[in-house]
Amino acid sequence: MIQLRNIKKAYKTEFTSLQVLKGIDLIIEEGEFVSIMGSSGSGKSTLLNILGILDDYDEGTYTLAGELMKNLSEKQAAYYRNRFIGFVFQSFNLLNFKTAVENVALPLYYQKVNRDQRLEKAMHYLEMVGLKDWSDHHPNQLSGGQQQRVAIARAMVTEPKVLLADEPTGALDSTTSHEVMNLFQEIHQNGKTVVLVTHEQDIAEKTERIINIQDGLILNSNE
Amino acid sequence: MFDRDTWQEILATIRKHKLRTALTALGVFWGIFMLIFMLGMGEGLRNAVFRDFGSRAKNVMYVWSSPTSKPYRGFQPGRVPRLNLDDITYLDENVDGIDYIAPRTTISGSISYNENVESYNIRGELSDMITVEGYKVYKGRYIQPSDIEESRKVIVIGKRVAEVLFGKGEWDKAIGKYITANGVEFQVVGIFGPEFLKPWTQEDLEATVIPLTTMHRAFGTGGQIHYFAVSALPQYKVSDIENDVKSILQQRHSVSPQDPRGIGGFNLEKEFDKITGLFNSISVFLWIVGIGTLIAGVIGVSNIMMIVVKERTKEIGIRKALGATPGVIIRSILTESIVITLISGYLGLLAGTLLIGSIDYIMEYNEINVQMFYNPEVSLQVGIGALLILIISGTIAGFIPGMMAAKVNPVLALKDE
Repeated sequence: MIQLRNIKKAYKTEFTSLQVLKGIDLIIEEGEFVSIMGSSGSGKSTLLNILGILDDYDEGTYTLAGELMKNLSEKQAAYYRNRFIGFVFQSFNLLNFKTAVENVALPLYYQKVNRDQRLEKAMHYLEMVGLKDWSDHHPNQLSGGQQQRVAIARAMVTEPKVLLADEPTGALDSTTSHEVMNLFQEIHQNGKTVVLVTHEQDIAEKTERIINIQDGLILNSNE
Repeated sequence: MFDRDTWQEILATIRKHKLRTALTALGVFWGIFMLIFMLGMGEGLRNAVFRDFGSRAKNVMYVWSSPTSKPYRGFQPGRVPRLNLDDITYLDENVDGIDYIAPRTTISGSISYNENVESYNIRGELSDMITVEGYKVYKGRYIQPSDIEESRKVIVIGKRVAEVLFGKGEWDKAIGKYITANGVEFQVVGIFGPEFLKPWTQEDLEATVIPLTTMHRAFGTGGQIHYFAVSALPQYKVSDIENDVKSILQQRHSVSPQDPRGIGGFNLEKEFDKITGLFNSISVFLWIVGIGTLIAGVIGVSNIMMIVVKERTKEIGIRKALGATPGVIIRSILTESIVITLISGYLGLLAGTLLIGSIDYIMEYNEINVQMFYNPEVSLQVGIGALLILIISGTIAGFIPGMMAAKVNPVLALKDE
């Protein structure tokens, strides 16, 4: 599903050049449940941004579902982000002026799906995360755990190839963290490829494979 | 573009910042309001001036003769050329672009009906003078071509003449009656007067008109005419034929081509053009000032949209992560800016038109008559023009902020503080 070969990325300023990724080789198969671990500054967020086509890379090749992700125009990048990838963020990143169901439906808006179909599909995914009764609530009326579940529904609504989660439990207490991880587990069991970035060992241990990253290189990838 | 989600977002931002949006909108409102108000008042000035021209022909010049000032072909200076009907026929046949020629010869006359005898001028005319001067016919008709061909003894009299001869309330009884002019009997066929009563149009009320051919036959004026008006065809300007007319007359009456006198003329079209030009430049000036005011308002909108983009950087980042293309993002900012300018501008347009309309209504209702101001109005073209300007300026106002929004880097926008 995901194939990285010798990915290098440097952040350049006028005077300095900071090499963040120094040659990443990584293969993630379809249906895998993987976590990327590393301390801050290790390059794990940059790696996730590249996987999510939010950021570009200087060298190497990144193939996602058989398509080479290189030198994409803004429009192409937007297309792949919308069709191939579902994002879950640490701080949920829901739009406050939209209701839960409208938030979930938003990615479909960019696929030009009509409103009724959008809301119907969004409702289905809200039901999947157990928030059907909360569909017309605004994000500020929901708890953190509920918000993150709405965000997961939003990531799933386009039926992406890969679900990318950036510290999805970072803003949650341990009980809700547990619930959210169970939800990821469930999604994984339904055959979805899930990649999450975390620095919490107990969260990472719930996944099938932990990829440790340090100073821009992969240390090991224990099965 | 205008689906429910777009509206929802626009309403959400407007609701969140009511005062800010209102103040921004005020700038555009004021710009359009001033533009419409100034143009409407300018139109009032223009209408007042053009009202005095009335329905008279504007593409017209008057030609007369006066004493020559240069010797030519053996003639001494000081001679007055005598214009005659043959000149008219010759000009009509030999100058391109002439629509019609309306000559006039005026003699003093004594007009009588029963025992009433009054002295009024008698004008000999062909049928077109009414088109040139835009006279109003109160009853009956004016001189017609058939009157001229058959040299009929018919007469058209000024309204005051009719009032004096037939009695104040009975002026309309004059039609069909026979009156005597300089000893010859004429049948009254029409009663006329000037289009607007002004000190200098009073004499039209006290004049009588007979066919020029009848005059030459009955009163021994021998083909002579005192002056004539030449009108040019719509596709010509009277200035184009002015020189032809003058040089033909100079040649026919042995007046030196270098003589500024002899054959005199007044080009109404030239004067009319000057006034038209003046008002056109006033209106250009008003547009410039108005659009200037509007630009200030539009810059205000642009500024606010810039702030909106800054405030919504995170939201834009989220949208991009979910797959919004730059085009979608630019469009949403553009729509918002166009909606704000269009609504506030439309209100300004409405307020300006309403104010101009009520000034017009109040003036008309109370019959207020101001010398230099009449019937202020906003034409449909101005309204449509203003709306177009609004849409264009809304687009311009939204464009730079929209580009800013499209360039938002999602990685930076989504960074958790």
